[in-house]
Amino acid sequence: MRPFLYDRAASADGAPAALALPKDAARIQGRLPAEYLAGGTTLLDLMKLDVMQPGRLVDITPLERREGAIAVSDRGLRLGALAKMSAAADHPEIVRSYPVLAQSLTLAASAQLRNMATLGGNVLQRTRCNYFRDTAWTACNKRSPGSGCAAQGGVNRQHAVLGTSADCIATYPGDFAQALMALDASVEIAGATGPRTIPFASLHRPPGSTPDRETTLAPGDLITALLVPAAPWTRRSLYLKIRDRQSYEFALASAAVALDLQDGVVRQARIALGGVATTPWRARDAEASLVGRPVTPETAAEAGRIAFAGAQPRQHNAYKVALGRNTVARALLQAATLEG
Amino acid sequence: MADATTTPAKTLATIPAGLPATAPALPPGMGQPVPRYDARAKVTGSAVYAADVALPDVAYAYLVTSAIAKGRIRSFDLREARALPGVLDILTHDTIGDAIRPVKFFTEGGPASNSVVPLGSPEIAYAGQTIAVVLADSYEVARDAAHRVVVDYAVEPPSATFGSPGAVDQELATQNKRHDDPKVGDFAAAYAAAPVTVDAAYATPAQHHNPIELFATQCSWNGAQLTVHEPSQNVYGIRAGLAAQLGIAPSQIRVLSPFVGGAFGSKGGLTQRTAIVAVAARKLGRPVKLVPTREQGFTVATFRAETKHRVRLGATRDGKLQALSHDGFEVTSRPDPYAVAGTDASTRMYACPNIASNVAIVRADRSTPGFMRAPAETPYFFALESAMDELAVALAMDPVELRRVNDTAREPIKGLPYTSRNLMPCFDRAAEAFGWSKRDARPGSMRDGDWLVGWGCATSAYPTQMAAAAARVSLFPDGTARVETAGHEIGNGLYTVLAQTAAERLGLPVGQVSVLLGDTDLPPAPVAGGSISTASVCSVVAQACDAIRARLAEGGAPPTDVVAALKERGMGSVQEYAEWAPHGAPKGALGLLYQGKAQPTGGAKLQDRIQFAFGAQFVEVRVHALTREIRVPRIVGAFASGRIMNTRTARSQYMGGMIWGIGSALHEETEIDPRAARYVNANLADYLVPVNADVVDVEVIMVPEEDTLVNPLGIKGIGEIGIVGTSAAIANAVYHATGQRLRDLPLRIDTLVTGA
Repeated sequence: MRPFLYDRAASADGAPAALALPKDAARIQGRLPAEYLAGGTTLLDLMKLDVMQPGRLVDITPLERREGAIAVSDRGLRLGALAKMSAAADHPEIVRSYPVLAQSLTLAASAQLRNMATLGGNVLQRTRCNYFRDTAWTACNKRSPGSGCAAQGGVNRQHAVLGTSADCIATYPGDFAQALMALDASVEIAGATGPRTIPFASLHRPPGSTPDRETTLAPGDLITALLVPAAPWTRRSLYLKIRDRQSYEFALASAAVALDLQDGVVRQARIALGGVATTPWRARDAEASLVGRPVTPETAAEAGRIAFAGAQPRQHNAYKVALGRNTVARALLQAATLEG
Repeated sequence: MADATTTPAKTLATIPAGLPATAPALPPGMGQPVPRYDARAKVTGSAVYAADVALPDVAYAYLVTSAIAKGRIRSFDLREARALPGVLDILTHDTIGDAIRPVKFFTEGGPASNSVVPLGSPEIAYAGQTIAVVLADSYEVARDAAHRVVVDYAVEPPSATFGSPGAVDQELATQNKRHDDPKVGDFAAAYAAAPVTVDAAYATPAQHHNPIELFATQCSWNGAQLTVHEPSQNVYGIRAGLAAQLGIAPSQIRVLSPFVGGAFGSKGGLTQRTAIVAVAARKLGRPVKLVPTREQGFTVATFRAETKHRVRLGATRDGKLQALSHDGFEVTSRPDPYAVAGTDASTRMYACPNIASNVAIVRADRSTPGFMRAPAETPYFFALESAMDELAVALAMDPVELRRVNDTAREPIKGLPYTSRNLMPCFDRAAEAFGWSKRDARPGSMRDGDWLVGWGCATSAYPTQMAAAAARVSLFPDGTARVETAGHEIGNGLYTVLAQTAAERLGLPVGQVSVLLGDTDLPPAPVAGGSISTASVCSVVAQACDAIRARLAEGGAPPTDVVAALKERGMGSVQEYAEWAPHGAPKGALGLLYQGKAQPTGGAKLQDRIQFAFGAQFVEVRVHALTREIRVPRIVGAFASGRIMNTRTARSQYMGGMIWGIGSALHEETEIDPRAARYVNANLADYLVPVNADVVDVEVIMVPEEDTLVNPLGIKGIGEIGIVGTSAAIANAVYHATGQRLRDLPLRIDTLVTGA
């Protein structure tokens, strides 16, 4: 970890502007752009590994009182970006009416991490690709643009099969983002030009030829809230996470699903995939295949197949195609048994 | 056996901080579930581990490790690192000179677990090799500076593992004179003639111990005297090796290791770091503290290397083995011929007239592997016990009955008798507790909703070994006693069982006995490895206690109340120093003990008999019908390991082994990038070990066994047997659940979900 300047934000309005570097910042050697610090569960970890070297951190935890609230209304949820993962996971109304959100949080990380990490930071969690996290590997386009991708020909059992590019196959590691995708959430952002709201689905960028640019956020942008609209499918929703061990591991494959059923027939389906894609991944064709049909082992399996139609496996992750398909099918079958 | 000798009373060593003056007061007697002597100190955090020792004016070391696996360092650019305020020095092969002398690998008579000389040259032997050490006033500055060290490498393509270009295959027998491939009869002919055969290949991955306590070392010099604080399973061994490296007398070094936060073999050997820290401390003229990171621990210490196996079994239709062959293949480093050669045990488990075996090693550009809990038996019994299950399937025979028809009182290679062997009582007790009789043998036949249920079992075994040991026991007129020996508390409960031994032999309450361990100022004890500690050290402590009683007897009958006898004779205290060597110990074993080279003996190495502990493990697995993840809701193990000194600590050891067996079967794999021969998952998020949710119901059954041949106290080792066979039992259960035979560890969703 390299020395950095540390500031505490005074208010949400002030925070983005505060990222303009002070005059004395030049004394920090090897200075790189500033970063917001919330729970720190990813950022500090990556700084200790020397993967990230911000010259300045702006600690936004003082904003928690204002930006950490969870509000429930008939129209949906407003999740303050500084709310802790544990606060949302344990919120009775979220557990009851938006189970996919609560489950995606509960199945992530450990109790200790959930008590530190914030929702806004969670959706920005960076990949666990080991070639990204170990600086001994010189080839990592995400860490060092243009240097190559060591994972392509390396140990890539954990890597993505959807949304990959020739320059990056790193998996988006989170769980919560898939639930937000499935529920058509949007993101409230405080930026240099004022507040704005964008669909959550447009927050993350596919790696393409610029895997170092992971989101559409501009420098200084701060996520202030995640907005989840109420909808007929939120109650019949779940998050299924498959992994090598029962707890405290990133997904090999996961599915966030939500169903609007009438008389056993699908009116609307929502499917988002984790553990298998470079970004939080919405499986729209698979959703469409279910509309007007009941959820049966056959239709669920077909939805799984469609979801992975474009998969591009590498040497060690071909199993993720079969696993991903079956994860989708199992999640759909399980969700169909839930009360609406 | 050596006679007890007396030595003049010395000033007693100080009790390490955090330990009580005496053991907690509880009913005396061996076998009692006496709570751990060190429990309170550990759970309250008052136990002072190596990295906790606060040395005045300490400087901090941070390792720079090699990014490449093969090649050489052309140059360092240390300018940016050296310029950081607080950086004191940076040691590299350029600056350290010949301060550290080469020492030999342990199979070649030396003390080293890795014969690459620390900072000895610009040559790179493996990825993660220590190539520089930054010394600074704070840990943070040292780490920052280490990240600013720029290394210019001349890179050569490395060989990562089996089958890698440039890896060199060798017969182990040509590389290690002590290795002899067990064989008897005519395997080829018997196998060809056998009506039922199995021929299968198995593989196990590289694994790392990952003890919670990192591989810390602190060194401080006082004139020519060096004190080393390092978690160790072998303080005398570290001292001897370090003395040779530094070119000083062992008497100039004191190694302290009163507490060890997990070792499992990783803290048994002399690693490169100790000499580096000692030299750094001498150079700076102040104490130096090194706590390598978790990731660095993957190459600072040793590991369990990946193995491959071919097992061939031939049997009659009623299941009697006629032919057994086990070929093992193991990865090691270029310089050191490390091998575990588990064929020593795997060829001796069952009655069989025709046996062949072979062990070959593959030299790759890797750090030298080393001991990890049941080093030989864990991988080799995965292969053997999986193959036995495959044979049971081929015979349509119950796997328990297959073990029964091949049970034997003599090992089949030389026909030597087992001192005791209660394998089938273990199977029967565990089977009953498990409910094995309700098993439907057809694969996939036992289903619970969406989950496929499978039941499997396997044999556990571990050689009963011991080594020479010395101890001093003192008895005082206030009714207290003290045990002093440089044995090691590594979770094995040694403090506790030694207090129990002395209490029983002297007729004192266990709460009146204090124990000192892990210090080269104490009488020597052997490495805490090979499950030898309790048998070896309890034996010598019992002997010293008996000598106290004999001295107080003054030629008459030994007194029943030793304290009263002591006072009656007007003595201020009585102290006895004892040395003990086990059956079969080589001549000179006691001399080697003082040199830190006490060699375990026993198991299959004896000329006149064979000594093993046995067990049986039964496992239930559940595999999801769609997504195919494997869970282990319950596991039952029964073990017969001679006299159990303390049922509480023994249960923990067995259970810990079984739980590790779950991890070894399902979770643990150190992944190696084949292009760079570098580990890619060297952290505890990606190197998986079981968490609480993976370990549901674990039942341990201790089967009574009396075996006073192994030693007068009848103790067999129990530290490692719990992990042996577990992975096979799980793989066998997965087969039973799914009909898919997984022959490569870890058993993973990848294969099950694709049907590959």
